[in-house]
Amino acid sequence: MLAAVLVLAAVAVGTIPAAAALLSARWPYRSPAAAILLWQALGLSWGLAAVGALAGLGARQAGWGVAGGALTGAAGAARAAVLGSCPAMLAAIARLIFLAAAAALLALLCWVLLAASAAVLLARRRHRVLLRLLAHGDPKVPGALVVDSPAAAAYCVPGLRSAIVVSAGTLDLLDAAELAAVLAHERAHLRERHDLVLLPFSALNRALPRCRLVRQAYGSVALLVEMLADDRALRHRPARELATALIRVGVSSAGPAPSGALAAAQAPDGETAARVARLLAPAPPLPAAALTLICSAAALLVAVPAGLLLLPW
Amino acid sequence: MDVLWESTEPLTVRQVGERLTDRDLAHTTVMTVLDRLAKKGFARRERDGRAWRYCAAADREAYVTELMLHALDQTGDRSAALASFARSVSDAEARVLRRALESLGEIDRD
Repeated sequence: MLAAVLVLAAVAVGTIPAAAALLSARWPYRSPAAAILLWQALGLSWGLAAVGALAGLGARQAGWGVAGGALTGAAGAARAAVLGSCPAMLAAIARLIFLAAAAALLALLCWVLLAASAAVLLARRRHRVLLRLLAHGDPKVPGALVVDSPAAAAYCVPGLRSAIVVSAGTLDLLDAAELAAVLAHERAHLRERHDLVLLPFSALNRALPRCRLVRQAYGSVALLVEMLADDRALRHRPARELATALIRVGVSSAGPAPSGALAAAQAPDGETAARVARLLAPAPPLPAAALTLICSAAALLVAVPAGLLLLPW
Repeated sequence: MDVLWESTEPLTVRQVGERLTDRDLAHTTVMTVLDRLAKKGFARRERDGRAWRYCAAADREAYVTELMLHALDQTGDRSAALASFARSVSDAEARVLRRALESLGEIDRD
């Protein structure tokens, strides 16, 4: 049991410098899908290992992995805490504290995810109601809704009843080819449910708004998702149209400098510029061997803590 | 809702129905829709004798502004509810982007 706890603790601690390394790596721009997979594996691995290490400290040797050991350990420790002699009682209470901490962390992570999902669903519902009242179709952008606003905006509302929305300002700003590129980009978001990829990271960011690593990880995954959608759009449209559309929409949003709280909501410097540079001077995607390595690493990251938690040994 | 926005005074259900000339709606249908709008906070209503009079709770522009603020991610919290095509850029980044556009040989259409 001690070996398993040590491995789990090492994974929980080790994922943090690994995440920091992934933040400063340059290769994710070349293969965003692989980088997103690695981010997901890092996050899941950290959660499993942190909960598992705490539970393992309170677990008792058992044939069903840390999770089974924690359950039998809880029953045994509770009995010992009530009935046992003094030293056994103290040890049992310590075990119960670790088990309670593990349960609390697990509950907290689940709660954070549920609360964020609920907030997102509510915001989308309000948005859809407003769209129903305000938006209309336009032959220039088939399948999309148009909102009469001079600001340049193009976005999608993901979900079962998804929508792509373009502002009237964007219709004036972009030509037909650029509009088609924007629609291809947004359709990729909706088709591949990129919002679900982003949800756990935004949930953690909401729960820990002051944690720099979490905020940067969220920003990084958000940018990688945009790059992935850019890549998907390139299957149907030339890179140049998408790049000029990005530049025009990005530049028009700069306009007069927003003040106070609005300035804080601005993207970290260079996100749009990085996407444009990537479209105009694409670096070759990672070779197959590197992709295999990344996928194996991601699988291993999740398999080790999950195995220690669940498998008998 | 467009009818309420265009009107300067509160309207009864019957008046709203009369102004929806392009669609032949039953009186009860209009009533249900207005009732629902009132419950969701988009319309306000007041008693006028035996009938309700409805008016828009806020003008059209206010709702468009709300939509756009949410869409442009300027509500302060960067939520995962929507996915914007391009996020707002800083002035420095805008300069870089304008140069990129010029180097593409595109004339600035602004």
